[in-house]
Amino acid sequence: MNPLLRRLRQDLFATPADSLLSIALLAILASGSTAFLHWAFSRAQWAVIQANSTLFALGRYPIEQQWRLWLLTALLAAAAGIGWGMLRSHPRTDRSGRLWPANDRIAALLLLLSLALPWALGLALPIQLRWWALSGLLLLLRWLAGRFGPGLPPALKRLLPLGLPLLYLIGMLLIGGGLGLAPVPPSEWGGLLLTLLQASFAILLCFPLGVLLALGRRSDLPLLRWGSVIYIEFIRGAPLITLLFLGQNMLGFLLPGGMAPERVWRAAWVLTLFAAAYLAEAVRSGLAAVPRGQVEAARSLGLSLPQAFSTVVLPQALRVALPSMVGQFISLLQDTTLLSLIGLMELLGTARTVMANPAFLGKNAEVYLTLAVLFWCCCAALGLGSRALERRLDPAAVVRSG
Amino acid sequence: MPWWRNRVVLPWVIQAAVALTVLVLIAFLLGNLIRNLTAAGLLLSWNWLGQPAGFDIAETLLPFDASQPYWRGLAAGLVNTLRVVLAGLVGSTLLGTLLGMASFSSNGLLRGLTRAYVEIVRNIPLLLQLVFWYFVVFLSLPNGTAAIQLPGVVLAKSGLYLAWFGEGLRWLGPYLVNGVWQAPLRLSVEFGALLTGLVAYSAAFIAEVVRGGIAAVAKGQWEAASSLGLSWFQTLRQVVLPQALRVIVPGLNTQYISLAKNSALAVAVGYTDLYSVAETTLNQTGRAVEVVLLLLAAYLVLDLFISLVMNGLNRLVQIRER
Repeated sequence: MNPLLRRLRQDLFATPADSLLSIALLAILASGSTAFLHWAFSRAQWAVIQANSTLFALGRYPIEQQWRLWLLTALLAAAAGIGWGMLRSHPRTDRSGRLWPANDRIAALLLLLSLALPWALGLALPIQLRWWALSGLLLLLRWLAGRFGPGLPPALKRLLPLGLPLLYLIGMLLIGGGLGLAPVPPSEWGGLLLTLLQASFAILLCFPLGVLLALGRRSDLPLLRWGSVIYIEFIRGAPLITLLFLGQNMLGFLLPGGMAPERVWRAAWVLTLFAAAYLAEAVRSGLAAVPRGQVEAARSLGLSLPQAFSTVVLPQALRVALPSMVGQFISLLQDTTLLSLIGLMELLGTARTVMANPAFLGKNAEVYLTLAVLFWCCCAALGLGSRALERRLDPAAVVRSG
Repeated sequence: MPWWRNRVVLPWVIQAAVALTVLVLIAFLLGNLIRNLTAAGLLLSWNWLGQPAGFDIAETLLPFDASQPYWRGLAAGLVNTLRVVLAGLVGSTLLGTLLGMASFSSNGLLRGLTRAYVEIVRNIPLLLQLVFWYFVVFLSLPNGTAAIQLPGVVLAKSGLYLAWFGEGLRWLGPYLVNGVWQAPLRLSVEFGALLTGLVAYSAAFIAEVVRGGIAAVAKGQWEAASSLGLSWFQTLRQVVLPQALRVIVPGLNTQYISLAKNSALAVAVGYTDLYSVAETTLNQTGRAVEVVLLLLAAYLVLDLFISLVMNGLNRLVQIRER
């Protein structure tokens, strides 16, 4: 029998009960998807998304300053292209012996998406052209880095990762202004820009804080241990929305008059301090997985305690903790939607203002569905990236290819 | 030997430094707090709790109206929170367990659909799901005769109507009066949307916990049970689940606590829970510190209570080794 048919029979029609269940599920699935497709292509009015695409992307960011964000996107695309190309020119085999990053299928898919998506979304022609140019830049730099990257002097190659924090600083400068650029106050940042900014700020800063808290919780010094435990359990016991509420309403009282930061930054700090407690728990489980003998061996080789932790214990612990840490980052990205409840204009807050516009009243389904797809893609991409990184850091794979 | 190499002195020096930093920070914050509160005339006091609230709560189990004091309003909000948390715990446990079991089904389609459900729900923010359920699903329900009618249950835009005992312990179903549904038991759409959203979201996480628990049971147990002639469902219920529970219960504890905390998002769909009442109270009284303290304490106690119950349950399901 045809293997596909055999597989189908085994999966769907193994027993009479299974067959009945399969037929019922198929019927439900078919009717559900036809109803959805009918709605999406004939009843839904997607004009609400097209007309407000800039608002969703940037909020009320001043139009005459938007070139700065295009420049930033170009820099990010360039960094992604170079990073991808460099990784690709130093492939490693994973546990099953496959190369990673292996093939050009992802590149082809990206090219196809970047060509088709701006067109399918019905963006204006100049914007379409810019997206095509950006993806062209990404793929070109990826090719260049793959072609000439391995020939670069090793000293230069070691300096390359330092470009990332530099890029973040340049990005903040481009977004907020300063050094000759016209300042754009945080109250005018919005949409996807604000969502990504809040998430990336909190992810970057909660990481060192979380590692310190996790080390504190496993410390032999009772004061450090109890301090970390109290902080972690207090934060984990409260809903994020009450902490954001605390940040908005009490921070003004806790700091000397006029020193309280802007509302956007208050929320960013609350998110960071919140995420640090959860990250600490993820790192702690990673630390628990490293045998005690590792510290003892490192110490007996003459490493100091900080050296032993930073070069022997933490690299192993963080690799074990990677999946749950990325899980925390994903939920942090999702938690940025709560900022809309305290009046910030991130994606969901922007969506609310769009739907309050009389011209787009009642277009809830279209808007929420678009946001859901956007969030789903971002979160799924983070998950995929984490799994790829896990494979690359797998010690068994390194041994095999080395 | 210099003091920074002394294994006895060094820990004390580090701890003293940390304690000093934390104490200075706390003193700085508290000093500011007291100075700022005094300047605003809002020094810590609880007398305002006894003043009349002046706002109404749409749906309460605890009777409440605007003339009653703030503490009654906060208590009514707390009861509303407990109501949705309790219903959510039951609902998400049932749905999550079913989904977790379904991911071990012999039917490939069912396995695939379960997987897809979990992946979709976990990668979309809960708040987005809640507003979707409320604004897109529940608020577009039909009213009057067009409402969705099942025996004893009517689902309309104006609420969920259930059959229950009416006057004189007579079983009474939902009925129409002048195009408006009436029933002994009515749940608001706000409650319905919140509960549906919370259950749909938490069930995906609970399904993963249950799946992990079942996967932790050795494969030989399945094979042994089926060679004894037990069916798939019998095997699961009588052999596998009892063993899986000891892995499942600690995971459930985490999920239950996050469900309790997530219930504070009720404010987004217009259900008046504790957080929502606290927000209104703060706007009216300006008592930021007291309201935030009450809120944090209430959720902390709720979490601790759930943990206590689950730890008790955990002791019950542990296998007593000989």
